[in-house]
Amino acid sequence: MRVRIIPFVVVMLLAASCGGGSSDKVRVLRLATTTSTNDSGLLNALLPAFEAEYEARVDVVAVGTGQAIALGEAGDADVILVHARAREEAFVAEGHGTVRSDVMYNDFVIVGPTDDPASIAGIPLASDVLAAIAVAEATFASRGDDSGTHSKERSLWKTAGMTSDPDAGWYKSLGQGMGSTLNYANEVGAYTLTDRGTFLAQGESLPGLQVMVGGASIDESTDPSLLNPYGVIPVNPDKGGIDAELAEVFVEWLTSVETQETIETFGVDSFGQPLFYPDSEAWRNR
Amino acid sequence: MGTLGRAFTDALGLLWNMDAALIETVLLTLQVTLVALVIALAVGIPIGAAIGLTRHLPGRWLIVPLIYTGMGLPPVTVGLFTYLVLSNQGPLGGLGWLFTPSGMIVAQTIIAFPLVVGLTMAAVQGVDPNLPVQMLSLGATRRQVATVTLLEARVGVTAAVVAAYGAIISEVGAVMLVGGNIEGETRVLTTAIVLETRKGNFALALSLGIILLSLAFLTNFAFHRLQVHQGVR
Amino acid sequence: MTATYELADVRHCYGDRCVVDIPTLEVRSGEILGLVGPSGAGKSTLLRLLNFLETPTHGLITYAGVEIGGDASLATRRDVTTVFQRPMLLRRSVAANVRIGRKLHGLDTKDGSTERWLEKLGLTDLADAPARTLSAGEAQRVALARALVVEPSVLLLDEPTGNLDPYNVGLLEEIVRSENAERGTTIIVITHDVFQARRLADRTGLMVSGRMVELAATEAFFSAPQQPQTAAFVRGDLLI
Repeated sequence: MRVRIIPFVVVMLLAASCGGGSSDKVRVLRLATTTSTNDSGLLNALLPAFEAEYEARVDVVAVGTGQAIALGEAGDADVILVHARAREEAFVAEGHGTVRSDVMYNDFVIVGPTDDPASIAGIPLASDVLAAIAVAEATFASRGDDSGTHSKERSLWKTAGMTSDPDAGWYKSLGQGMGSTLNYANEVGAYTLTDRGTFLAQGESLPGLQVMVGGASIDESTDPSLLNPYGVIPVNPDKGGIDAELAEVFVEWLTSVETQETIETFGVDSFGQPLFYPDSEAWRNR
Repeated sequence: MGTLGRAFTDALGLLWNMDAALIETVLLTLQVTLVALVIALAVGIPIGAAIGLTRHLPGRWLIVPLIYTGMGLPPVTVGLFTYLVLSNQGPLGGLGWLFTPSGMIVAQTIIAFPLVVGLTMAAVQGVDPNLPVQMLSLGATRRQVATVTLLEARVGVTAAVVAAYGAIISEVGAVMLVGGNIEGETRVLTTAIVLETRKGNFALALSLGIILLSLAFLTNFAFHRLQVHQGVR
Repeated sequence: MTATYELADVRHCYGDRCVVDIPTLEVRSGEILGLVGPSGAGKSTLLRLLNFLETPTHGLITYAGVEIGGDASLATRRDVTTVFQRPMLLRRSVAANVRIGRKLHGLDTKDGSTERWLEKLGLTDLADAPARTLSAGEAQRVALARALVVEPSVLLLDEPTGNLDPYNVGLLEEIVRSENAERGTTIIVITHDVFQARRLADRTGLMVSGRMVELAATEAFFSAPQQPQTAAFVRGDLLI
């Protein structure tokens, strides 16, 4: 046994030496977040300012909401930034996080094939639209990945008076990210629920899809339940190995008016509208 | 430790209960893997043998490096290529194979094919070059020479089969892209593992991984028995 | 007596270098012809030509009265077989290695011939042994059985006993001689062992640098060589 352990130990030591070398002085914040904040480019626009100001490095782990929360539960992240209100509250209630703060919101839209086989265009409420899709048995693509978007979709099915994740041939549970799900919907002519930001960012490669519910921008949205709030939660320092102090600093910085202003302008140049709308307490009270 | 331990009990539990969704996923995994493997072998072994047996192959200087490169093809690239070809705008969009097991089989076959050709070629080249001469002198036809040489190289050819099988069954990038990981339609073990990991269901993901490994082990065990049975030592 | 082979102006050249250059040669049906000569004299190449494994670059080989231009027919090729110095055995059992000869020809393999040849060559006890585990002598006996099981009209032997001990040499020579006597098989044997040539061959030829220097009845070849090179070879001098 001893002989077999030695190479393992050597490999671990080598791996440790690779990771450790450069980060002697710089503090590292482990941020677990959803793909939407990272893929949209928002974090790249925001984080350098934080890193410069606090001489810290932010390691972003961009995963599904489910995994981001699991990382927090395991103490493998210092702070989480996600969008699944009920699960965020449960995360705090179960003692995994200290306190949840509002950060920003964007909104969801329902997109679908331009020929609209379920004739849903013009229906104002998302839940009614889902009911209509079910009646027409039109193909619906679900993220099916326990993400924040998937959670929202489930609650919409419930509002529509149906079981979530319908077990039917027209309901395709993909278990993939938003981008892949949109590509799928575009290819096969399916409806899907998406956050507006990803749809805008991917717009050019989705010629077969158009917004069915939600209008051209958040101001034209006809269904308030489609709002998509993001929250930030420092992980409970009791888990050990958590840089609670830096996490607190990060939350304060992220919700500060100055950072919120950056959020408000992000994406306007490219898409003619913001991808995220600031919504922190400090911003609302400014 | 908790997650690891739970993964093993979960895996046993899933198998014990014959979870319907799991059985479906396992069966599809095997179906896609085996069909792709059979196609890759049926086409790849003769081609690999032909390249290995042809002494003065024109263009060998180009063909062989191309095959070796193909053996290291990034599966995601193959997936992307297959995706674009099978997409509505692609040349074979009319087949309607995107997001179906057929499309996944296409991608997996492309991934396995260079492995089969390259390893078969190497195995055949490893056979004593005097063997074909001896067989010809015993009155063998060209085809018989090829067959005898392949049988002689069976250890290496079996390695080609095993490598191709391993590459396909453990592949995730291409089947995710081309299949779409649709529940009940194109979800295989690897894409299910990715999904459960993303959901934060680490124990379930790991137990799926254990099932995948067990499948691979059982198949490789069978391959090995076959090798031993062939009198290889 | 008819001729098994007639060679007319046969040359086999790589560019300017001809490794075989034989203006005329007749191999008689049912004879044992010994070929001696230094390494690189073209003996093995000549055997490959006679086995139709290669086509001579010039000249014509007539086999059993049929001119072979280009590739020989499968039937003609199957009339002739070679036992090489190094027995190329398959990674299978001894019996399977003997059987392969008949298998390749599409002949019945359950006619008892395999077992008969195994017994003749003292291999019955080794029938199920993996061929790759045999000693050199055993392996060469398998190679000879594999060649004879197809009942060839011509048996070509390329230094078949070069690596073997006297016991195995004697056994192989005995089999070759009886094959020749009983079935009238034409046999051409390349050997470095002049004593073997004397023991086996009806006629013996000396090849040097691709040419047949002298070809004569074995007794005359050794006792009264006509060419100085032959005389030197018989004496054991080095030929250059």
